Order: sequence, then structure tokens, then C-alpha cells
Amino acid sequence: MTYPAAALMILGTAFLLVAALGVIRLRDPLQRMHSATKAGTLGVALLLIGVLLHDRSGADSVGWLTILFLLLTLPIGAQLLARATYVSGTALDGIDDDPLAGELDRAQTPIDV
Amino acid sequence: MSGMQMLAAGLAVVLAAALIMAAWRMVRGPSFADRFIALDMLTAVAVGFAAVTVVLTGRSAFLDIGLGLALINFVATAAFAVFLEAKERRK
Repeated sequence: MTYPAAALMILGTAFLLVAALGVIRLRDPLQRMHSATKAGTLGVALLLIGVLLHDRSGADSVGWLTILFLLLTLPIGAQLLARATYVSGTALDGIDDDPLAGELDRAQTPIDV
Repeated sequence: MSGMQMLAAGLAVVLAAALIMAAWRMVRGPSFADRFIALDMLTAVAVGFAAVTVVLTGRSAFLDIGLGLALINFVATAAFAVFLEAKERRK
């Protein structure tokens, strides 16, 4: 049993649990996204590194590729989704003056289904 | 069952709790954007699940599943974001 691998796996899982808790507890979509993308990415990356330290089968390049791909694409996806969230007019909690008010078109009522 | 496998089994239970929380947000909404964020979170936890399964079963092929999920997640997020903006513009 390798202790660094176990520690990284536990830490990564803890970050994922906190991220999921934030997705439930925070109050508006942008705050939930802040929890899901930042803590979620860090959690998955730490968990994968821990597993790769433990797994010595020689096939770990796929794992490193997954980490690299996640770090490259999750910020891009989050930016696209945040812009779409703002434009679709979802409720923003705790923001008094909106600095993007004149910059982007925004729906007055949120699109709900 | 080695100590590392028992640890992996315990972590899988914790990850299942995280999956349930993200799924709850997806069902509850209340807006479209919330559901897409929950989908993002669900796939991130699923990649973690695949990684834990590697330790649990000793088969590193599960890392490929993680990579596949990460690829699909990016395409899905981009497509949903474009869809959400187009839906707003059409109104």
C-alpha cells in the first residue's frame, strides 16, 4: 500500500464531495458552476494522479492524457456555459449592479422548463 | 482484498453520494443552466468513479472509459451552451 497514492485519492474524493455539496447548496447557477468546475477539476485530477501512482501496469499514459485534456477543456466549457447562463437570463443572487448590463443581450425572464 | 482495494471501495461509496447530489440538482433545476451544470458535475464524478474502479478491479482499461467520458463531456457542454444561446436569440 503506497501512502502518497492513498492520500491523493482521498483528497481528490473529498474535493469532489465538496464540489457536489456546493452544486446543491449554493444559491444561483453561476455560484454552482464556480463550485462544480474549480473544485471538481481539482478533485478529478488529484484522484487520477493517485490512481496512476498506484497502478503500475504500464498503461498510465491514458490517465495523464485524461488529466491534460480535462485541464485544457474544462475552463473552455465553463466559459461557454457561463456566457450562455448569463444570456439566458437566470437569476443572479447577491449582485446589485450588473457590470455586463450594456455588453451582452440578456433575457428578462429566465428560460425554465 | 488488499488495503488499497478496501480504500477504493470506501471512496466509491463517497463518490456515489456525490453522484446522488449532482443528480438531485439535475432533477430539481430550476433553470436549464442548472441542469447543464449538474451534467458537468455528473461526468466529472463519473471520471473519478472510473479511476477508482481501476484500483478496485486491477484493470487499467477503465482509464480509457474516463478519457472517453471527458471527451464526451466537453462536446456536450459546448453543444448545450450554443443551444442555450440560440434558444434565447430566437425568442
